[in-house]
Amino acid sequence: MQMNDKAQTTMDVVHRGLARRYRRERLFRRLGLTAVLVSIGFLALLFASIVANGWTAFQQTEILLDIDFAADHFDVDNLARANYSALVKQGLRQLFPDVRGRKDRRRLYRLVSSGAAFLLQKMVMQDTSLIGTRQRVWLPADDEVDMLIKGHISRVGPESQRRLSDRQIAWIDHLTALGRLKKRFNTTFFTAGDSREPELAGIRGAMTGSLLTMLVTLLLSFPMGVAAAVYLEEFAPRTWWTDLIEVNINNLAAVPSIVFGLLGLAFFLDVLGLPRSAPLVGGMVLSLMTLPTIIIASRASLKSVPPSIREAALGIGASRMQVIVHHVLPLAMPGMMTGTIIGMAQALGETAPLLMIGMVAFIVDVPSTLTDPATVLPVQIYLWADAPERAFVERTAAAIMVLLAFLICMNGLAVFLRRRFERRW
Amino acid sequence: MSFLVVPCLLLLLASVAFVQGKRRALAVAAGERLHSRPWYHGMLVALWCLIPGLLIYLLWVFFADSILTRLVLQELPREMLARGAAQKTLLVNDLHNLVAGHVAARDIDPVLQQAADHYRALAATGRMFMAFLMLGTAVLSAALVYFRISPDLRSRNHVEQIIRVGLLLCSTVAVLTTIGIVLSVLFESIRFFRQVPLAEFLFGLKWSPQMAMRADQVASSGSFGAVPVLAGTFMISAIALAVAVPVGLMSAIYLSEYAAPGVRTWAKPAMEILAGVPTVVYGFFAALVVAPCIRDVGTMAGLDVSSESALAAGLVMGIMIIPFVSSLSDDVINAVPQSLRDGSYGLGATRSETIIHVVLPAALPGIVGGILLAASRAIGETMIVVMAAGLSARLTANPLEAVTTVTVQIVTLLVGDQEFDSPKTLAAFALGLLLFVVTLLLNVVALYVVRRYREEYE
Repeated sequence: MQMNDKAQTTMDVVHRGLARRYRRERLFRRLGLTAVLVSIGFLALLFASIVANGWTAFQQTEILLDIDFAADHFDVDNLARANYSALVKQGLRQLFPDVRGRKDRRRLYRLVSSGAAFLLQKMVMQDTSLIGTRQRVWLPADDEVDMLIKGHISRVGPESQRRLSDRQIAWIDHLTALGRLKKRFNTTFFTAGDSREPELAGIRGAMTGSLLTMLVTLLLSFPMGVAAAVYLEEFAPRTWWTDLIEVNINNLAAVPSIVFGLLGLAFFLDVLGLPRSAPLVGGMVLSLMTLPTIIIASRASLKSVPPSIREAALGIGASRMQVIVHHVLPLAMPGMMTGTIIGMAQALGETAPLLMIGMVAFIVDVPSTLTDPATVLPVQIYLWADAPERAFVERTAAAIMVLLAFLICMNGLAVFLRRRFERRW
Repeated sequence: MSFLVVPCLLLLLASVAFVQGKRRALAVAAGERLHSRPWYHGMLVALWCLIPGLLIYLLWVFFADSILTRLVLQELPREMLARGAAQKTLLVNDLHNLVAGHVAARDIDPVLQQAADHYRALAATGRMFMAFLMLGTAVLSAALVYFRISPDLRSRNHVEQIIRVGLLLCSTVAVLTTIGIVLSVLFESIRFFRQVPLAEFLFGLKWSPQMAMRADQVASSGSFGAVPVLAGTFMISAIALAVAVPVGLMSAIYLSEYAAPGVRTWAKPAMEILAGVPTVVYGFFAALVVAPCIRDVGTMAGLDVSSESALAAGLVMGIMIIPFVSSLSDDVINAVPQSLRDGSYGLGATRSETIIHVVLPAALPGIVGGILLAASRAIGETMIVVMAAGLSARLTANPLEAVTTVTVQIVTLLVGDQEFDSPKTLAAFALGLLLFVVTLLLNVVALYVVRRYREEYE
């Protein structure tokens, strides 16, 4: 009977504690769920804040002006020398004939972007038949007008603390009422290089720079990575040397990217004397950085090809090189390509090493060769994020949206390749 | 583009060699059995055409400039060269600018102009000579192989041997990169430590790398004590880990122990997106959203928060490294054998008790390894801190103040105009060395721990 008593008491103890233990269990479980939700929430917040800040940059406020390309303005032999800003000013004065006084007029002229004259020059240089005609031309408004229209700077508050005066706001409202001030799709953003004026700045230069850099990275790191993986996986005898290579690859994968930049600066630029700010050097640095990723992925992919295939090929008389080239590589290629795409996506988003080799210069021209000075998309984002003008904030966010779109496409392609070609043996 | 013409020519020559070699192999076969297929014979000829030519070309590319510069400098008047090493570097720079044709409108020394013209003439002859030598050697060595083609020539074995050597060379690039990093950082660091004692660098409490332009300026000597910089780095990394470790670990536990397979399949990749977002995007997010938010909250609570606080940078960096912690922990938690869990359930433990008392202790070494890897990631992270943390090297324990990190200092010291040789630029390399050594140690320890742990259950 005594034993039964004891069992009773143990059960009692267990039962008494049970409610508390179950409560803890639920709490723990909820904590885990919260952690997952918090991380996904961060991701959502990140994307939402970028999109909320950036989507307006795809539109740009423009002002419709009647430009009188009177023939007496132009010297046929030297079209570039004509006073185009006078044409813009004249167009504005026609709309507001009652604005007098130098100060007021200067304020009026400031509504239109300082690059408007250059746009007119380009129009005339492309099509000389415009001379002597009157044209209705949409010209970009100044970035502060643009910000006002988009609601990023306020209309109220003391005039001295505002970027735009009451009169300027009245003119803007008048232009809007006339239908001469509208938000239109911002093509400049995709067709222009960098500029100090937000309304004239675009990402084409940075995108071309990124493209050239990625081309160099791909051409260097893919063949080298695959070759290294094939050697280590298929040929290398297990010696201290191959062990050293393995340890090296694993460590390089975790070395901070800025250290690769230091290598590029000290070795590629100072020792080899390659040009600064060039996509060639940027690509070389990035390919050293992505090489470990590609090698590790390629080795995993080679490992997943079953030995029976190698044995079958060897059995019918193929040499080891033939086994690899004809059988193993084609089967491992999807996995290698997936790894390469992921490595390239990393390289596309990388900024720090490129700062070291001088790809941060302010470059207006779109690069056309591998040795032209260039910048890349992430560095352009970094440069714009530093710019004081409010209008650059939305352009930065928009450039980030473009960069993220590229990355999502690349990762999507990697996932697609994995799904489409993955084989279970 | 002229520097690409020569390799293109070589490539063309090699393809001609390939076709000819293949044709000759078929011709000599004439009914007899070839040891290797004609393709291999062609390839052998092409490779013997390509390799010697390429070697000569690379030698020219790497050494031509230094040889020509030395030749030209010898002819300059003595007194121009006798002004010390710094002047000589300047002279060489001017010469190169003249040769390349980027000359600002300023008075050009006629002697130097003459030297530049001489350089250009020498370079032109040299290039012609090199092109002929290269193509000649290529044709000659290809011809030697071409005439050796016979049915018994073991072309396949030769070609495979050459490819194998090529593969070996590619696999050594990783080692060469490491050596390159160590050497380039070490050399500049040694030059730095010649000017600034090592003890001052490692234990000095003041970091202000500004060097004076003139000797009589106030605060004319910079001070290079790395302690405040390191303290800032560790503070930001600690904040990041304080965010990432609980969140990452708990999500790994939830996803591997509790979540339904359906939830797991979408939640895991979604979390991994966090690792794929470029760091410059996090930096922008930190500077634009998080830092002002923290400042507003702080001001409401009556605290004085700097606009570039360590907290903002650390918080965002923490978000960035969540996936590193969670995916590594997830791996090790999954590697804990099911029998351990079953044993625990059999004793009547609840799930959370099993996880806390059985699974986590068993997975601890692996989790620690993952955290160390995440820490090394945080220490080496650059863009978030460059954009969201400050520049002032302050020794403080207050996370609401601005601090600076090793990576921020490297970037600010090396971006923009820099004079080489000044301790200011060299200091960046010393910091780089420090960064490399610290992260290397963390990585080695982490990999060792993870590997030891994996062996335990295999």
